[in-house]
Amino acid sequence: MRRFVQKHGWSYTFILPSLLTFTVFVLAPVVWAFIISFQEYSLVRGGTWVTPIYKNYVTAFTQFGGVFVSAIRNTLIYTLFTVTANILIGLILASLIQPLSNWLRTFFRAAYYLPAVTSALIIGLTWAYIFNAQWGFANYLLRLVGLPPVRWLSDPDIALGSVTLSAVLTVPATAVVLFSAAMGSIPREYYEAAELDGAGPIQRWWHITVPLIKSTTLYLVVIYTIASFEVFERIYVMVPSGVGNSTQTIVTQIYNNGFKDLNFGVASAQAFVLFVMIAAVAALQFRALRSDVEY
Amino acid sequence: MEHAATSIPLSRRRAAPRIAWGKIGAMTVLIVTAVIALFPMYWLFANAFTPISGTPPLTPILVPAFKLDNFQRLLGGTKYYANWMLNSLIVALTVTAWHVIFDTMAGYAFAKRRFPGRNVLFWILLSTLMIPIHVTLIPLYIITRGIGLIDTLGGVILPGTAVVFGIFLMRQYIQTLPSELEEAARVDGAGEFRIFWEIILPLCKPAVAALAIFTFVRFWNDFLWPLIVLNKAQNYTLTVGVANLQGEFMTDWGVIFSGAALAALPMIVFFLAFQKYFLEGVRMGAIKG
Repeated sequence: MRRFVQKHGWSYTFILPSLLTFTVFVLAPVVWAFIISFQEYSLVRGGTWVTPIYKNYVTAFTQFGGVFVSAIRNTLIYTLFTVTANILIGLILASLIQPLSNWLRTFFRAAYYLPAVTSALIIGLTWAYIFNAQWGFANYLLRLVGLPPVRWLSDPDIALGSVTLSAVLTVPATAVVLFSAAMGSIPREYYEAAELDGAGPIQRWWHITVPLIKSTTLYLVVIYTIASFEVFERIYVMVPSGVGNSTQTIVTQIYNNGFKDLNFGVASAQAFVLFVMIAAVAALQFRALRSDVEY
Repeated sequence: MEHAATSIPLSRRRAAPRIAWGKIGAMTVLIVTAVIALFPMYWLFANAFTPISGTPPLTPILVPAFKLDNFQRLLGGTKYYANWMLNSLIVALTVTAWHVIFDTMAGYAFAKRRFPGRNVLFWILLSTLMIPIHVTLIPLYIITRGIGLIDTLGGVILPGTAVVFGIFLMRQYIQTLPSELEEAARVDGAGEFRIFWEIILPLCKPAVAALAIFTFVRFWNDFLWPLIVLNKAQNYTLTVGVANLQGEFMTDWGVIFSGAALAALPMIVFFLAFQKYFLEGVRMGAIKG
C-alpha cells in the first residue's frame, strides 16, 4: 500500500482537483438529470417517479399544442442554413486569402475574427438593433432602394429567417482560421505537379485543396452543427418574448420549462432529446472518419 | 498563378500591364465580406458615441459624434454597471486561474505518467465532452442551491471549473515535450511538484497562453448559467446586466447602446493586443478526430 502511494501518489494528486470538480459538476449532474427526466421534481419535496415512467417525454412533445416539435423543426432549419453557409463562406474566404501576402492574410483573419470575441449576447443585441422595424439599418437600406419596410423580428413568417440571416452574415471566424491552416499545410509540390499536367486554378482547388482538407471540413461541420443545435442567446435577445411558436428553439424550450415554469422533469426530458441529437452527429463524425481511413 | 506571371517577363518591356481580374475580384470579395463582418460592431459603437435620448433617428447614425452623453446616463442611471464589470472580471479571472493550474497538472499526469486507471479516467473525461451544458443545468441549479450559492459569484464560478476541454489541450501539448529534462531533474533529486512547477509549466507557455485567453473570453462572455444563478441586480455579470438593460430602459436606446458597447470593448482591445495568440489558439484548440 505504502509502495503504491509512493509510486502513484503524485499522479493522482495531479489529477485530483480536476477529477473532483468534474465528478461534482459534470458526471453526477448528467446521471441525475437522466433520473429527473423520469421524475416530477420539486425544490421543496425532491423527486417522485412519474407514471407511466416515460410520461415526461410524452409531455415534452405534446404540451402547449406541440410547441417542442416546432422548436425542433426551427432548430433544424436554422442549423441547416447556418452550417451550410458557414462552411461555404469559410472555405471560400480561406481559399481567397491563401495566396495573399502574410500581412494581408493576418489582416483579413483578424477582421473576420474580431466580432467572434464579443459575446453571442451582444452580437445578437446588435442584430436586434439592425433589424428594428422603425430605425434599424436593414429597413433603412430597403427605403434607399424604394422598398417597403419589413417587420424583421415581429412577423412570424420572417422572424426565424431574420435570426438565421444574422447568423449567416456573421463571418465563421473559426472556419476561416482552420481552413486556412489546413490549406497552408498542403505540400506545394502537389500544386506544381497538377500545374504541369495542365490543371487550371479552379481544377487545382477542386481536386487538390478540397479533398485534402476533408477532415477539417468534417470537424467544422460537427462543431457548427452542435453550436447551432444549442442556439439560445441570439434568440433570447433578438426575439425576447418569442413570435408565437415560430422562433422557439430546443434550448429556449428547455429554459422556459426548467427555469420559468420550474417543470424540471419535462425540461430534463427535452435536454436528453438534444443530447441524443448531438450524440447522433458525433457518431456520424466517427463513422465518416473511419471510412476515411479505409479508403 | 505566380508561375503564369513569371513566364511573361519578356513582354514586360512593351505591353500595357495586364489587369489581373482574378486578383481584383478576390480582393473585392474579401473587402466586402470584411465590411459586412465589422459593420454590426461599428454601428453599435457609432450609436453609442452619438447622443441619443429615446428612440434613435430614422436616418441611421453612420458617423459617430464622439460624445459621451449616453455613457454618462448609463453610469448615472444604473448604479450597478461598475459592479457588473467587476463581477465579470472576478468570474473570468478565477476560472482562468483554475484552468491554467489544474488543467496543466492533469494534462501532465495523463501525458507523461503511468498509473492504474489512467486510460479509463481519461476515456470517461473524453466521452463527456459532447454533453451539452443544457443537460446538466437543472441538477447544477439544484446542487448550487443546495450549497447555498444561488445569487453569488461562487455559484457562477464553481461549475466553470469543471470544463474538461483544457485537460485535452494540455495533454496533447505536453505529449510533444521531450521527457529528458524531467528525468534529469528527477535523477538530481527534484521533487515531483518542483518538476512540474519549474520544468513542465514553463515549457507549456504557448499552450497555457492559448488556454488562458480562451477560458477568459469564454467566461467573460458566458450568459446562460449566470442568468440562471444570479437574481439581484448588483450581483449580475456584465452579460446578464446588459441583457436586462433592454427591459429596464425600454425607450432610452442611447443607454442600451452604450451599455452593450462598453461590455464588448474590453474583449475587442484584448483581441487586438493578443491577436497572434488568439489565432494560434484556435488552431491548437481544434482536436481533430
